[in-house]
Amino acid sequence: MQPTAARFLNILVPIKRCVDYAVKIRVNPQQTGIDTNVKHSMNPFDEIAVEEAVRLRERLKDKVKSITVVTLGPAKAAETLRTALAMGADSGIHIELPESAPPPEPLGVARVLRAVIERRKKMATEEGSGTGGGTTDLVIMGKQAIDDDLGQTGQMLAALLGASQATCASKLDVDVDKRVAHVRTEIDGGAEELVCTLPAVITTDLRYVEQPRYASLPNIMKAKKKPIEKLTPTDLGVDVTPMLETIKVTEPPKRVGGSKVGNVDELVKKLKESGVVAVA
Amino acid sequence: MLRTALVSVRLPLRSKFPTRAFSTSSAWRTINSLHTFSEEEELLRDSVRRFAQDVVGPKVREMDENEMMDPSVIKDLFEQGLMGIETSAEHGGAESSFTSAIISIEELAKVDPSVSVMCDVHNTLVNTVIRKYGTKEQQEKWLPQLAESKLGSFCLSETASGSDAFALQTRAIKDGDNWVINGSKMWITNSYEAEVFLIFANIDPSKGYKGITCFIATRDMGIQIAKKEQKLGIRASSTCTLNFDDLKIPAENVIGGEGLGYKIAIEILNEGRIGIAAQMLGLAQGAFDKAVPYTYERKQFGQAVGTFQGMAFQIAQAAIDLESARLLTYNAARRKEEGVALLRRQPWPNIGRALWHNGCQDRRSNGLVGGFTRETGIEKFWRDSKIGAIYEGTSNIQLQTISKFIQKEYS
Repeated sequence: MQPTAARFLNILVPIKRCVDYAVKIRVNPQQTGIDTNVKHSMNPFDEIAVEEAVRLRERLKDKVKSITVVTLGPAKAAETLRTALAMGADSGIHIELPESAPPPEPLGVARVLRAVIERRKKMATEEGSGTGGGTTDLVIMGKQAIDDDLGQTGQMLAALLGASQATCASKLDVDVDKRVAHVRTEIDGGAEELVCTLPAVITTDLRYVEQPRYASLPNIMKAKKKPIEKLTPTDLGVDVTPMLETIKVTEPPKRVGGSKVGNVDELVKKLKESGVVAVA
Repeated sequence: MLRTALVSVRLPLRSKFPTRAFSTSSAWRTINSLHTFSEEEELLRDSVRRFAQDVVGPKVREMDENEMMDPSVIKDLFEQGLMGIETSAEHGGAESSFTSAIISIEELAKVDPSVSVMCDVHNTLVNTVIRKYGTKEQQEKWLPQLAESKLGSFCLSETASGSDAFALQTRAIKDGDNWVINGSKMWITNSYEAEVFLIFANIDPSKGYKGITCFIATRDMGIQIAKKEQKLGIRASSTCTLNFDDLKIPAENVIGGEGLGYKIAIEILNEGRIGIAAQMLGLAQGAFDKAVPYTYERKQFGQAVGTFQGMAFQIAQAAIDLESARLLTYNAARRKEEGVALLRRQPWPNIGRALWHNGCQDRRSNGLVGGFTRETGIEKFWRDSKIGAIYEGTSNIQLQTISKFIQKEYS
C-alpha cells in the first residue's frame, strides 16, 4: 500500500511585505495613502507564522513534507520570500504585481491563495504522483497585516476553501495521523481550545511564546539555492482589482489642550456648546 | 589640482541603481554606488542588526560593568554563523563575502563594540590567516573548529613591541619534531575566552624579522593566560598577557612556512584594519543614533537644544564625517574583494575612523549632560572609541605610512 496523503503535511504560509514596524508613519503629500518610501520588512505576524511552520517541522520531523511561502506584491516582495526561505521554508511562490498597481484587498488575496492551492493540487494529480502530495493541508498566516490591520484574509480564505479555521492562535499542534489540528486561540477574556479537521487555516497571534528566529548566515546562503516560482494573477485567473477606492487619508487631528471649568453648570454649558450632548 | 582629485577619488564617476535582482551577479554589471549590496548582504545586515539589538543589547551594560564577555553571547555568535563568515562551506563556514563580514562587524558595533571586535579579530585575522596561508590539512583541521565553536586569538604584540612589531622577543627553538616557545605576549584580544591561538615567534634572531614565524596552538598545550587588563573601553573584550614557558608545539603547526611570519602579519593586518574601520563606523553610528534624538527632545529656553544653530552645525558635521568614514570603509572592502592591492589606500579607513569618530564622540558628548551618566550608554561609546586610534596600527603610524606613499608618488 502506498502511503496516503494523510501521513504528510504540506504547509502553505502566505506572507506580506509591509512598512517596517519601527518606521514613523507619515501621510503622503497627495493624501492618498502613507509614504511608502521607507524601510519595509515582513509583517511581524507573518514572521510568527513562518516560525511556527518551521517549529512544527522540528517537532513532527518527516511528517511535514513541505513548507511553501507565498506572497502577492511588487518585485521587491521577493526579498521577503528570501527571508522566509532563510528562516527554513523550502520554496517560495511570488505572485507579482506591477509597481503601480494598487495594493490588493483581502478578498482578492484570498482568491489568489485559493487559486494557488488549487493549482498545486492540479499539478500534483497531473504529474500522476498518486500520493496527492500537492494538497495543502495547513495554511498558517498572520492574523492581520500591520499596515492595514484588516485581519480578514485568513477567514475569507477558509470560507472560500470550505476549510476549518482557527484565528488568533497562540499554540498549534497537529496530529497528522488523525488529520486534526489542536489550536489554542486568544479570545476576549481568555483562551479557547479548538480541534480543527484538516485542511485548516490558522492565523497567528502575537502571543506565541517563542520568538521568531534570526536568519543565520549559513541559512541565508542556503536560501539562495531554494526555488522561487514566479506567477501573475492572470496566470491564476484571478482579478485583484480593488473594489474599494480610497478617497482621502489624513493624520488624526492634533491634540488640543483642554480647559478648566469653574462649576458643574459651566461644564454642562460647554458640553452643549461643543455639540457633544444630544440635549439642546 | 585636477590630478590630485583624480588620484584620490576612486569612486565610480557614473553610478546607476540596478533593478532588484535575485542573484548577486547581475548587480555588478552596472557601476553602483557604495551603498549597493547584494541580496544576501542586505538579508545578513537585517538579521545581524536584529540579533544585535535583541540578544546582545540587553547584556551590554552588565558586560561592560563586569568587564566580562557573557559566554552565551559567544555561543550565539557561533550559532548565527557569524564566526566563519568567509570560511568555505566544506569547512563549515558560510562562504560569504568579505563585505558580509564587514557588515556583520558594523552592525554588532552599533550595539556593542566589544562584541564586534571579538567577531572581527576572529574572522578577519585568525580565520583569514588559516584560509590564506594554511596547508590543505591545516585548513581541514582548524577551520571547522573555528567556525563551529572555538574562539581564536591573534598574538603578535609584546611588552616591548607594538608598532615596532618585528622587534618581538618571543623565541622558538627546534627540538626534534617540536618547536619550544618561550616568551610572552601582551595586549592580546579574546585571549581569556579563546582556545585557538596564532603565535608569532622568532626562530632565528640573527635573521632579524625574517626569522619570525607563525605558529598555531591550542590553550591546552600549556599557554598561560596571565593578567587581564582593566581598560577604559571595550571592557567586555578580554585583553590579557600570555606567558609561554617551554611551550611545545608540533612542527606541523607552523603556518605559512618558517621565517614568513612577518609577511603574514603585515598582509593580514592590512585586511584586519578594514574590520576595525567597520567596528569604529558602527560605533560612531550607534552613538549618533543614541545621542541625536535626545537633542531634539531636551528643551532649554523654550527650544529643543538640537535646533540651536551651534548644536545643529555640530550634528551636521558629525553626520558628514560619519558618511565619509562609511564610504572609505565600504570602498576599501570592495577593493579588497576586487583583489586590488590595498596598501596605499588602506590605512585611510582606519585613520578616518580613529580621527572622525573621536571627533564625533566628543561633539556628541559635549552636547549632552545625559551623555555623561553611565545609564544612557552614550559615554560607553566614547570610551570604546578611544582604542580606535591605537590598535591594529596607531593613528601616528597610519599617518606616517600614508605620508610616505604620497612622498614617493609626488617627489
